[in-house]
Amino acid sequence: MTPGPKDGEATGLPGVRTWKGVYWVVAGSFVLWVGLLVALEMFFP
Amino acid sequence: MNAFDYVVLLGTLFGIAAYGTWRTVGRSDLRTYLHGSGDTPWIVIGLSVMATQASAITFLSTPGQGYEDGLGFVQNYFGAPFALIAIAAVFLPIYRRLKVYTAYEYLGQRFDSKTRLLGAALFLLQRGLGAGITIYAPAIVLSTVMGWRLDLTIVCSGLLVVIYTVAGGSKAVNLTQKYQIGVIFAGMAAAFVVLLCRLPAGLTFSDALAVAGQFHRLHAVDFSLDMRPRYTFWSGLLGGMFLALSYFGTDQSQVQRYLSGSSLRESRLGLMFNAVCKIPMQAFILLLGVLIFVFYQFERPPVFFNQAAWRHESDHGGGARLRAIEADFAAAHAEERSRLETWLAARHRADRAAEAAARAPLVEAQKRAQAVRSEAKQALLDARPGATANDSDYVFITFILDHLPHGIIGLLVAVFFAAAFSSKAAELNALGSTTTVDFYRHLVRREAADAHYVAASKWFTALWGLIAIGFALGANLAENLIQAVNIIGSIFYGVVLGLFLSAFFLRRVGGTAVFWAALAAQTLIFALWIFRSALGISYLWYNVIGCAACMLFSMAIQAVLDGAGAKPAGA
Repeated sequence: MTPGPKDGEATGLPGVRTWKGVYWVVAGSFVLWVGLLVALEMFFP
Repeated sequence: MNAFDYVVLLGTLFGIAAYGTWRTVGRSDLRTYLHGSGDTPWIVIGLSVMATQASAITFLSTPGQGYEDGLGFVQNYFGAPFALIAIAAVFLPIYRRLKVYTAYEYLGQRFDSKTRLLGAALFLLQRGLGAGITIYAPAIVLSTVMGWRLDLTIVCSGLLVVIYTVAGGSKAVNLTQKYQIGVIFAGMAAAFVVLLCRLPAGLTFSDALAVAGQFHRLHAVDFSLDMRPRYTFWSGLLGGMFLALSYFGTDQSQVQRYLSGSSLRESRLGLMFNAVCKIPMQAFILLLGVLIFVFYQFERPPVFFNQAAWRHESDHGGGARLRAIEADFAAAHAEERSRLETWLAARHRADRAAEAAARAPLVEAQKRAQAVRSEAKQALLDARPGATANDSDYVFITFILDHLPHGIIGLLVAVFFAAAFSSKAAELNALGSTTTVDFYRHLVRREAADAHYVAASKWFTALWGLIAIGFALGANLAENLIQAVNIIGSIFYGVVLGLFLSAFFLRRVGGTAVFWAALAAQTLIFALWIFRSALGISYLWYNVIGCAACMLFSMAIQAVLDGAGAKPAGA
């Protein structure tokens, strides 16, 4: 699943220069959303 | 709806369709007609991918899911971010490098012609059915509550999409989707704000969430390993990932959207935009349904949300029983509201003991009201056996018509149609493209001018539009509509994904092995669906099982073929 060197086109995003970095940011956002949903239920049981 | 609502509704829909047709009509180059002009920026790709997936059913039916079952349905989308990452990293570079018009052309290059045709045929079958539901879903609900004729609603809305999709092709789809998703965002945001304003005085947003929590409507994530519940964290993550991988990676209606990007970067960023936004967007729509549930704890809802069906039975012999049920429901709701206010007063005083004491009677009162609603559904079924007793698709539209101001009503109805149009246009565009490229050009007429294939593509797009309209005219669904779409997709998607993953990762497997493996795996999935009551496997798992079966069967068949001395074709 790791992008090879040929598709290593610049992302053009500030602070995230590789596609691998972009994918980690997306995975991090998933963890964040799931965490928020779990927290919502914990705060309002 | 009054005249102002109709002006907003018709002005929005016809304005976008006319603009899309005017800007794109008259293109004759095949690549431009099928993939757009090739200069689409990432944000348009992202919105287009989002608009293609988010049909009218998403906005009409999902709030009803939130109302009935809370936030749990969001788990269905947990696999989507990871699937989109895999597509951006693996699928997309291959599609772009090979410059394919359709995803199934890749199967032909990697395996053989029959495997390409099988993949394309499975797509046409399930997407052809899906296109019918896409147009049927808003039409059945809106015609019922508005008193419009169902057949005219289906035909008029269907033909409008067919006209601008045929006229402008992929470019028209991208262009109109940009404005349609703008209307959708504006409408849903307006509904959310007005809903918050309509909550009872003194009830804060925090109180509303606390009320929802009392009735388990905020239970979003279920980490249990039980395979029977439809939605758990694991079924959403694994089953949902395979569903999303198949849908976004191999369904031509999506592939066509992101292949219109001007570069690999633009296509990837469009996909990553969806990877980040999909879960919060679905959670937001479900939360809207949860807040409507809270709203109706204070404002008595109809005992059955499909009020047209209720009135019809009431006027045709079942009146006495239904009126008795209505009276029971009014009493049960009044008691529930009284208990709720007692519990809220204790909560506001921060009196934990009183709050705890008020909780049990509140839950009991809610159960009684719920029991009366179940009785109402049973009464309808008794009066008309075989009738649809699922009214969750009518929750949001009932709220809109009964409680939102004029103008906003027109905007929200425009949202449903805009969402239906955006999905249907992409589906028709993909159905026409696949029929032209994978069947007509491949089997019937191999060498012809671009203008000939563009004309053929227009005819096939129109034909699929008419088939979808015909299917919608004959459709009758008992399931909640958004679940019906996902169930149909899950029956086919796993096997199609298995074909593609075999192509990417099983280098020794050839066309003959994967072809028969796909047929066997599809038969297995049909069997699982037919015996679903006995087996009790949630449909999301079909995506995993279908994909795994296709890959395992293809390896086994290839081993047999190798043992018999046959060479792996296309490997």
